[in-house]
Amino acid sequence: MISGYLSQETWLHRVPAGSKLIGLGVTTMLVFPVQDWRILVAGLVAVLALYASAGWPAVRRMGFLKAFLPMLAIVFGLHVFTGDWVAGANTILRLVMMILLADLVSMTTTMQQMMNALMPVLRLLRPIGINPEKVALAVSLVIRFVPVLGANWQARSEAWRARTGRKPSWRLIGPFLVETLRMADQVAEALDARGFARSTQKG
Amino acid sequence: MGLRDIGLILFFAAIIALLGLVPPLHHPMLGGVPVTAQGMGVTLAGILIGSRKGAVAAIVFLVAVAFGFPLLAGGRGGLSVFTGPTAGFLFAFPLAAFITGVLFQSLSWRMGGFLAAFLAAFVGGYVVLNLIGIPVMAWLTDKTVRQAVEIAAGLLPGGLIKALGTAIIVYLVAGLEPVGRR
Repeated sequence: MISGYLSQETWLHRVPAGSKLIGLGVTTMLVFPVQDWRILVAGLVAVLALYASAGWPAVRRMGFLKAFLPMLAIVFGLHVFTGDWVAGANTILRLVMMILLADLVSMTTTMQQMMNALMPVLRLLRPIGINPEKVALAVSLVIRFVPVLGANWQARSEAWRARTGRKPSWRLIGPFLVETLRMADQVAEALDARGFARSTQKG
Repeated sequence: MGLRDIGLILFFAAIIALLGLVPPLHHPMLGGVPVTAQGMGVTLAGILIGSRKGAVAAIVFLVAVAFGFPLLAGGRGGLSVFTGPTAGFLFAFPLAAFITGVLFQSLSWRMGGFLAAFLAAFVGGYVVLNLIGIPVMAWLTDKTVRQAVEIAAGLLPGGLIKALGTAIIVYLVAGLEPVGRR
């Protein structure tokens, strides 16, 4: 979700996308209610072991966590402020673990594999008039757009810093959203160029 | 719906997801309801791309969450969040986007865009979300009506600030691009 596809082949690339997604979903479900820090530490160690087993290129990708540091610090700070630093540590452990695990899945799975894996689930919806191909495409595009928008915001704040020497201002939100509206047009053109128009023309 | 509408829907679903990176605020008085920026994304979608498209964007976002992507504030995701105590708030997202959009459309004729966006975002993002979310939570966690009202009152400052934030953002965007019926 956060960073792109890892081009170097690892053993995780060969695991079927369906198993990876189910694994991620089950882990999310299992980890969320856990309040014991020992279990969470064990989980984090397991995730780190997965990274290590995937090799150096995957481990190097963990640098993206730096972007989350301020947010993690705020979350922890708020918990300490309310006098519950154990809950704070638990939240941080859970977050880091889930972010790393989700990123490992998106790093080793192509969009096509992701969509194919989701198909069987979506076919169940066909009787109520939902086209599974369209839903899968929509979801995978949304997942792809999140880092694109994040990178766009990052570029804007860097440019702002270079121009003013100050922290990025809330004033950037306006142009950022306007560019998002424009990008939507470009995506529409790209979809049109790939022949998606015919099936979506009505209404 | 044309392709252009679909592009807008997908990007605004992504913006709702992006706002999930803003850390949620927990406060003991709120009975476990996190104060997040995600509701702001929902109201923004309703105003900036219109009521129907905004509602669809919220649905697409929820579908992506259901697939297990950790897009909710605090990195939550998966099917479990739709059975948890805050499920009502999630199911209210599409309706909140829709009502915000409809209100903004009808109010912006009568008053300035800023005030219309503030009122619409407050009704959609605070009234609608809590009117559905808090009863569901109270029912799932055995809270009394009194406690539910207290939680709603506790969420009021956050709701006002978020509505103000939405109005400011709409004001910023409206200076650069036509807003609403895209």
